[in-house]
Amino acid sequence: MMPDLGKYADAVLSSYAVSLVLLALIVWLSLRRSKRIKSDLEEVERKVKSNG
Amino acid sequence: MSLNSLWEYANPKKFIQTTDRVLPWFAWSAALTLVVGLVWGFFFTPDDYRQGSTVKIIYLHVPSALMAINAWLMMLVTSLIWIVRRHHVSALAARAAAPVGMIMTVIALLTGAIWGQPMWGTWWAWDPRLTSFLILFLFYLGYIALWEAIENDDTAADLTSILCLVGSVFALLSRYAVNFWNQGLHQGASLSLDKEENVADVFWYPLLVAMAGFVLLFIALVLMRTRTEIRARRMRALLARERMGA
Amino acid sequence: MIALLTRDIRLAMRAGGGFGLGLSFFLIVVVLVPFGVGPQSALLSKIAPGILWLGALLACLLSLDRIFALDWEDGSLDLLATSPLPMEGIVSVKALAHWLTTGLPLVLVAPVLGVLLNLPEAGFLWLTLSLALGTPALSVIGTFGAALTVGLKRGGLLLSLLVLPLYVPTLIFGAEVARRGAEGFDITTPLLLLAGITCGTIALLPFASAAVLRVNLR
Repeated sequence: MMPDLGKYADAVLSSYAVSLVLLALIVWLSLRRSKRIKSDLEEVERKVKSNG
Repeated sequence: MSLNSLWEYANPKKFIQTTDRVLPWFAWSAALTLVVGLVWGFFFTPDDYRQGSTVKIIYLHVPSALMAINAWLMMLVTSLIWIVRRHHVSALAARAAAPVGMIMTVIALLTGAIWGQPMWGTWWAWDPRLTSFLILFLFYLGYIALWEAIENDDTAADLTSILCLVGSVFALLSRYAVNFWNQGLHQGASLSLDKEENVADVFWYPLLVAMAGFVLLFIALVLMRTRTEIRARRMRALLARERMGA
Repeated sequence: MIALLTRDIRLAMRAGGGFGLGLSFFLIVVVLVPFGVGPQSALLSKIAPGILWLGALLACLLSLDRIFALDWEDGSLDLLATSPLPMEGIVSVKALAHWLTTGLPLVLVAPVLGVLLNLPEAGFLWLTLSLALGTPALSVIGTFGAALTVGLKRGGLLLSLLVLPLYVPTLIFGAEVARRGAEGFDITTPLLLLAGITCGTIALLPFASAAVLRVNLR
């Protein structure tokens, strides 16, 4: 299934590894921040409502 | 869609409502096109006559380099919109895009360096293109650092948008300066890694799909992050009002 | 505006005013280089133009936060803003004062330090000329950076991060003039480009610096 990358296997595989890791990183960080801010905002809004 | 209605989305609430519907579509199509493009390019394309299997790096290097530049251009446009029309969503979109653009720049730099290693024999070469991307990375870093350093939201938006404008002019200047700097005596070392001119069809089509994937991913991430910034800004406003004893 | 200029120059020249700081730093950097790269005169000759340019640039960088910091702290910046002077004029005068008290001394001292680094004879003229043409740009660009970070505590590091990428074109062309001049090659292109960048920044960047300062003084 894996193509024969010859002598450049290290270069090609590490490029893909590095890129996919970095893409996954920015996606994960963005998702995590989004969730956190969303719940923080809901908490603040609840507090503000209850304070009248 | 008339230009008038485009400004409606500058309203934070409307922006969140609209992106509620639209974001999932962008996210899924990004995932799909990325997978198709990269799998096609990695598994189903031949090796290059001169570069061997390293040509497969093109499916990462070219799209990420493209997005690194386009992200900055988008930030430039949204900064101008903020300066002229004071739409907060615009300023927040620029803030949201910067880290994504920076990651794209890093990917372009790393894949460029890794691709260059078997070709040039060193882990880093001061090739004009790579050098320009290194400078672009520094611009992203400074822009993000300035946002983080300033407490007041509006002040931060104003200062960073002016920085983006001035930075864009200098980024362009640097591009030409760097080309001048490295074409003098060392002609042989500057190997151009982006061969848009003569890419054969068999490489070009999966490359197009990969590029589309990166574009869609960028859009999805920026939409998501802008929503986050809008919420964060609203939260800070609510907290400030609370503290003033409203 | 002349009054502002003389006041700033006098402030910088006082003890603790930062005048000697840039020069001392320049000297120290040049002295440290041979310890870092080895004392072979052939090598030092080759890198001398670049090192001297870099040293001057870093010495400029060090003194940038003083441009607005003192006036910001004691409120005189607010007073200046309400005066009839246009903000663009104020920032230009500030940049000029910085150049006269930091950049110009560096230019004058550079040939002396060039001796320490075995700068080739032909290089002295071009080094001095390129620095004379380039340091005004460094001051104007630095003023922009200083305006951006004026309100921040410990903004010095951020100031460097923002300003250094903006310095790259001037550094490239300035060092290129110095290097080609030292080796006897033609210097017209980089010289013209260096001059162009300096003129462009002097003419246009004050508008951005003024806008930034107005934002920070709100």
